[in-house]
Amino acid sequence: MDKLKFAFYWAASCGGCEIAVLDIDEKILDVVEKADIVFWPVALDIKYKDVEAFQDKYIDVCFFNGAIRTSEHEEMAHLLRAKSKTLVAFGACACFGGIPGLANVSDRDEIFNLVYKELPSVSNPDETTPQETYSAPEGELTLPQFFDTVKALHQVCDVDYFLPGCPPTPELIEQALTAIFEGTLPPKGSTLAPEKALCEECPLEIQEKKIPFIKRPYQVIPDGKRCLLEQGIVCMGINTRAGCGARCIKANMPCRGCMGPTPEVTDQGAKLVSAIASILGVEGEERMTEKEVEALIDQIKDPLGTFYRYTLPISLLRRKVMKK
Amino acid sequence: MYEPKIIGFLCNWCSYAAADLAGTSRIQYPSNMRAIRVMCSSRIDPEHVLRAFVNGADGVLIAGCHPGDCHYISGNYKTERKYVLMRKMLEQFGIDPRRLRLEWCSSAEGGKFAQVVTEMTEELRTLGPIQLGAGD
Ligand code: SF4
Ligand code: SF4
Ligand code: FES
Repeated sequence: MDKLKFAFYWAASCGGCEIAVLDIDEKILDVVEKADIVFWPVALDIKYKDVEAFQDKYIDVCFFNGAIRTSEHEEMAHLLRAKSKTLVAFGACACFGGIPGLANVSDRDEIFNLVYKELPSVSNPDETTPQETYSAPEGELTLPQFFDTVKALHQVCDVDYFLPGCPPTPELIEQALTAIFEGTLPPKGSTLAPEKALCEECPLEIQEKKIPFIKRPYQVIPDGKRCLLEQGIVCMGINTRAGCGARCIKANMPCRGCMGPTPEVTDQGAKLVSAIASILGVEGEERMTEKEVEALIDQIKDPLGTFYRYTLPISLLRRKVMKK
Repeated sequence: MYEPKIIGFLCNWCSYAAADLAGTSRIQYPSNMRAIRVMCSSRIDPEHVLRAFVNGADGVLIAGCHPGDCHYISGNYKTERKYVLMRKMLEQFGIDPRRLRLEWCSSAEGGKFAQVVTEMTEELRTLGPIQLGAGD
């Protein structure tokens, strides 16, 4: 059998997904035995123009990590889509926008001014700022355009599979690779992870679905037995897709939702508002005054940033209203 | 004059009956609200509210039974907490929280119901059409 051709690309990402590929340890040797890597900016010196020269569908599988933040990312998404038979959104940022997607509470001008002019640690008396184009004696130089809104990969091009996680776990990556090598991939559009919610694979014990207060993680030392939500820590396991092996919970941290919502959920944040508000302060609710209800809800400091931690760009509203 | 669109989620047992009473009593009030009957105010998921906004509603009214009167005993307490949290989050999204309103109207309060819709319509007129951030 001919070797498969793989490509890896990073858009707006932290680099963690690149490391995750290596976290499959010695299994990486199977990969290089069965596949050639034809493009991988972090490791191989292959230029964009080399990719442009590939025939369409030359790449068998492209693993694309990172969100779409600049025109360069968008161009690469279109290019790699055209050159790949199978395009996999790899990691939370490519699947949902991820952490970079939280920048949708701001916009291009706000971020630009903050970074180059307003931050107290910035000293820029001449207000020197980057330009998208610059005419140098040697010719015109350009930089990619920075967008107002961060997007997930499937919001700019057609995506075949989603492999979520921040980053995807070695187990899920291995399962995906096995499916690719054995030709057992599920139908196009599938997420290569379980359908159930994280609570189902969480080792902690659920006793009662009521919480009297919300605390921030640093305010509580979890007892290691009971569900974190019941101990007052906002845990998103209730509507986050399983598949990570509850790795944060096992480290005494609540789930922040990096596997994205379960298949039934469209808007993860809205569903969390519903779930958390329904179980918070149930005890004695009939005697609570409006003021007390507000004080209770005020214990949740940043609902948008908490409940849409990884999924703001794919939420119903997608971003904050821009002041234009 | 600018006519705002309001989606009204009315609980079957109290507020929908209040709207009915306002109608049969021939109380005049603006026709800006489209009513959607639900069994209990607590059936309204924040996702329904966001969907209403995304589909062009300028305001969303949730109306249910007075505290203590919910026909499912405690649904409206949950509604109230969801509403308070929702408003906080709408503000973070840059959407004026006055676009979402929660009211308790019993089946005898046709007059109150008409007044709520009138007030809300006027308030939305001053706020103008909703703007969401679709972005580039
Ligand atoms: S809410 Fe979090 S801590 Fe509780 S059972 Fe679910 S995943 Fe585990
Ligand atoms: S526990 Fe939650 S945040 Fe942590 S890895 Fe799993 S899905 Fe991601
Ligand atoms: S039945 Fe009316 S609010 Fe629950």
